[in-house]
Amino acid sequence: MPMNRYLAVKLGEALLAIWGVVTIVFFVSRVLGDPAVLLLPVGADQQEIDALRITLGLDRPILEQYALSMVAMLRGDFGVSFQHTRPAMDVVLERMPATIELAGAALLFGTLIGGAAGAVAALKRGTISEFVVMIAALLGQATPVFWLGIMLILVFSVDLGWLPTGGSGTIAHLVLPGLTLAVFVSASIARLLRSSLLDIMREDYVRTARAKGLMPRTVFFWHIARNALIPVVTMIGIIAGELLGGSVVIETVFAWPGVGRIIMQAIQAQDFPVIQAGVALVAAIFILINLLVDLLYGVLDPRISRQ
Amino acid sequence: MAPLLEVRNLTVAFDTPSGTVHAVNDVSYILEEGETLGIVGESGSGKSVHALSMVGLIATPPGRIVSGQVIFNGRDLLTLSQRELFDLRGKEIGFVFQDPMTSLNPVLTIERQIAEPLRRHFGMSKSQARAQVIELLELVGIPDAARRARQYPHEFSGGMRQRVMIAIGISCNPKLLIADEATTALDVTVQAQILDLVRELKRKIGTTVIWITHDMGVVAGLADTVQVMYGGRIMERGPVRSVFHDPRSAYTWGLLKSLPHGGRRGINRLYQIPGNPPDLTKEPVGDPFAPRNPFATERCKLETPPLVDAADSTPGHRVAAWYDLRAELARMEAQA
Repeated sequence: MPMNRYLAVKLGEALLAIWGVVTIVFFVSRVLGDPAVLLLPVGADQQEIDALRITLGLDRPILEQYALSMVAMLRGDFGVSFQHTRPAMDVVLERMPATIELAGAALLFGTLIGGAAGAVAALKRGTISEFVVMIAALLGQATPVFWLGIMLILVFSVDLGWLPTGGSGTIAHLVLPGLTLAVFVSASIARLLRSSLLDIMREDYVRTARAKGLMPRTVFFWHIARNALIPVVTMIGIIAGELLGGSVVIETVFAWPGVGRIIMQAIQAQDFPVIQAGVALVAAIFILINLLVDLLYGVLDPRISRQ
Repeated sequence: MAPLLEVRNLTVAFDTPSGTVHAVNDVSYILEEGETLGIVGESGSGKSVHALSMVGLIATPPGRIVSGQVIFNGRDLLTLSQRELFDLRGKEIGFVFQDPMTSLNPVLTIERQIAEPLRRHFGMSKSQARAQVIELLELVGIPDAARRARQYPHEFSGGMRQRVMIAIGISCNPKLLIADEATTALDVTVQAQILDLVRELKRKIGTTVIWITHDMGVVAGLADTVQVMYGGRIMERGPVRSVFHDPRSAYTWGLLKSLPHGGRRGINRLYQIPGNPPDLTKEPVGDPFAPRNPFATERCKLETPPLVDAADSTPGHRVAAWYDLRAELARMEAQA
């Protein structure tokens, strides 16, 4: 199918998905409770609560509220944050740089370490190196990230005092949360890359390449790795989408001021506009990354791009 | 003149968890320059493994060359360094593999895959290699070569991919071309086209060919010499005409009898060789075909028969058998 049509279809799908997500979030968050009660100081009387509800527009029928907010969203208006009294999307977007910083660091180091470890495990098949890498990867994948994060804080921040326990701003702040996420990312990549490489090494076309007299380097990079990377790229894309949507757990453990944490706080405060803006943004990022992976897939595998 | 290839007592084993597999046992033969040798045998007969092991293409471990020499063009290939083997493969010995669906890399263009050996062995530039690739594609009968070269394997039919495989095999003009089940995955008409192509190429470039197959029909139409293998051993070898018309090994006889003969009226029941393929994890003692051979003697089970000249036959017709197939067949006919 031609590129323009492909992109148009993908864009339509993306809008449909974002609409669905926002709709679900709209109704689910309304079930959670009444934000007016939470926003007012304890002991406020019913009159004050009713007045605030009128100000926030919460007194109207729920379907009317839904219709109004959908129309506003089409114009790019996600409403005003109840807590911050500023446009909700601004509140979310200003947390984006911190999330990108953390996700970028975790992806970069996770991919480098995981890629190297996976390649070593496959090339050193049946040796102690493979065994060590695979045990480490299994542990890395099986360890809950919140537990690992807390342990790292206890060791490096509390006991040794080398690194801050939380917050952001400097490289020192980035080390522990970045490392925690990178452990999980690299473990996943190492395991997938290893099994993918081992599968490809058994392919007939690898034997063809060797029968041509090609040097082992050429065989590895052009014939084995080139094919083994296809599933790995997909997984990196999925992980990137998840991380860019804000790693709620890690951002909370390390008090990292990212998107995940602001959405979490908005949920606790019943700040509907921020929840909706945050969820719409995360969904859009996830869909965009998936689209990029699709396109990259076509570059890596000609069987897909020409269909 | 010295032969192009002389295999002496080649023995190859694989160490597997379920025991040592004796894949190739004491195989010796001579291949003259310009000759086309057809090697026939069933799966596990050692026909492919022996060819791959000559140029270091079996995985070691589990594979292991136990003994032997492979003298190619005056050098023993089994003593070459890795580096010398890289230089030899694809340049002096070209390969054509079975199943063109899986033997070509799906993510690289046809041009790149044919150009690789040219660039590696002759140091050709990209544009020099491209010109050569187009010439090769035309030689193996692919129309519109310049456009087709830029395409990927999935855009080619099975027969066309096999032609591409052949182009890769002959790209560096090798002294020896080894084709391993090169027509097995193709349907019969495409197979016939490929065999025509190979015969034509032989006329044009005169390469020496080893054609490995389980199809007696292919050998009959292509080879000068046929070599029948079973259980990792040569059972019989010789000029195609002589072996096909006057087989001396009970295994060859069984294979030929189990082929359908067209043209005759009425339906003849096809012969079936009784028993099962040999267990290669057992120590190779005696004639490997003995358990399935109706004419086997006590000696066949205990002592391995050497490959010797067949009595009263064409020069070069050799057989490994303790029994006398001609006498046994004559007796059978007399009884019937």
